[in-house]
Amino acid sequence: MIEGFSGGWAPFLYLVAAVCFILALKGLSSPKTARNGNLLGAFGAVLATVTVLVDGDLDHMAAILIAIAIGTVVGAVGARRVQMTQMPQLVAMFNGVGGGAAALVALLELDRITGLADPGSYPTFNLAATAFTILVGSVSFSGSAVTFAKLQELMTSRPVIFPGLPIAFGGSLIAAIALAVVIGADPRMWAGIALCLVGLALGVLLVLPVGGADVPIVISLLNAFTGLTVAAGGYVLGNTLLLIAGTLVGASGTLLTRLMAKAMGRSVANILFGALKGGSTLGGGEVSDRPVRSAGPADIAIVLAYAHRVIIVPGYGLAVAQAQHSLRELVDVLGERGIEVDYAIHPVAGRMPGHMNVLLAEAQVPYDQLKEMDDINGEFKQADVVLVVGANDVVNPAAKTTPGAPIYGMPILNADQAKQIVFMKRSMRPGFAGIENELLFDPKTTLLFGDAKDTMSKLLSAVKAL
Amino acid sequence: MSPENIVWLTFFVLSVFVGIEVISKVSSTLHTPLMSGANAIHGIILIGAITVTGTTESTPVVIVGLIAIVLAAVNMVGGFVVTDRMLEMFSGGRKKEPRE
Repeated sequence: MIEGFSGGWAPFLYLVAAVCFILALKGLSSPKTARNGNLLGAFGAVLATVTVLVDGDLDHMAAILIAIAIGTVVGAVGARRVQMTQMPQLVAMFNGVGGGAAALVALLELDRITGLADPGSYPTFNLAATAFTILVGSVSFSGSAVTFAKLQELMTSRPVIFPGLPIAFGGSLIAAIALAVVIGADPRMWAGIALCLVGLALGVLLVLPVGGADVPIVISLLNAFTGLTVAAGGYVLGNTLLLIAGTLVGASGTLLTRLMAKAMGRSVANILFGALKGGSTLGGGEVSDRPVRSAGPADIAIVLAYAHRVIIVPGYGLAVAQAQHSLRELVDVLGERGIEVDYAIHPVAGRMPGHMNVLLAEAQVPYDQLKEMDDINGEFKQADVVLVVGANDVVNPAAKTTPGAPIYGMPILNADQAKQIVFMKRSMRPGFAGIENELLFDPKTTLLFGDAKDTMSKLLSAVKAL
Repeated sequence: MSPENIVWLTFFVLSVFVGIEVISKVSSTLHTPLMSGANAIHGIILIGAITVTGTTESTPVVIVGLIAIVLAAVNMVGGFVVTDRMLEMFSGGRKKEPRE
């Protein structure tokens, strides 16, 4: 049973793989070492896979190799083809399939146990770990699927709440515990399958009430869940590498989730269950018809070209419109005129913490022009113009002024302190959090409507012409 | 608790501390690649799926096991490749390679 403790080279190679994973996570924490860290992690994974194939004394080898090849091609092609803007969805999907795989492995292990001569005498703790793997793997699978649907806008990104939701959630949780107890006392396959189904329901119910802007935190949390699932699976199968790797991801994923939540000024509990308390009833998403001031690219070009200090606040809309290349050109042109320009990057700009850095790196924006929120927030007072491109929630003063708003408490960029604010927007539609932005109606604010890419190139040629 | 379980518990507790320690100083710039890289690591459930599939006689188990292998391989390979693609851009930003 405990293959990890048998002789031979395999346990030693698994240890090497585990060290690779530790160093991979360590490397990924710093920009200089990140890429090598990731490659080292991939090396560890390949090493472990080859080890099990060579050492495992396995049947059905041809079918196994074909299945690995199919998974490899699907994963690699998906990873190569995906647009950088769709990164969060892809991570959610990869996480979901990993959780699903762990749940299936545990179900098969349960099937093996029920086939033993005396399944009732199987160690209870192993059975509990099997039940845990089935349950949490299923939660991770269906939760990630809902996350994917929200990010891909296959469904509304608003919190989905219905009256019986807390009861349904609580009921499913009790059912899950009851089924786990059944499996622990007397392992039966029907209980395992029922537990899997309850887990799928729980995952959906867990993610439905989470608002669009908070979804990335949930991906990170589900990522940690999958890690713990894999760890429990390692215990069940007697494989030390699975236990160590899964625990590493579970622990670091939990910490990462808390760091991200902190960057948004929220607690994880508040993100998951905040909507259930009925707190965020604001943000009906209606478009108000209050007057706003708008202008054309030529007017904005003059404003920008005669400023001394400009701060750009890029958002997800910029990347969706693929306007980041034109934006970089605009910043270069303004720089040539002697204007000091910086990008203010909110920690959760884009759809996932750190996402905006990836998107701007894609457009080859120099790293040193990207300023983190804490470094630049004091400088907005001196800025002549703040150009907000495709961002909304991260400059919404409601985060400071409106208790009960879905984003209340999130630290924001102090764009409202600048002398003049220019919003480039497609429409008056609210941001991902679904709430109206008071700053749009500020007397200092001018709106420049249109598709970001189109408007940006008009703005660019207008500035060049001056 | 059996001596064997004490060993497992030791692995678990030490791994928790290592997992927290190694990423405690991550900059927010790298949150996305780190999440994606950690995501790839749990794709290692692949070796569990391979073991289960390769040590059974039952055809239904093999079929489900092969599905698990495909899913786990998607997780592992896709995760590492997409993380590398993101990190490639971070380093590429400085070099200003010619584009278009």
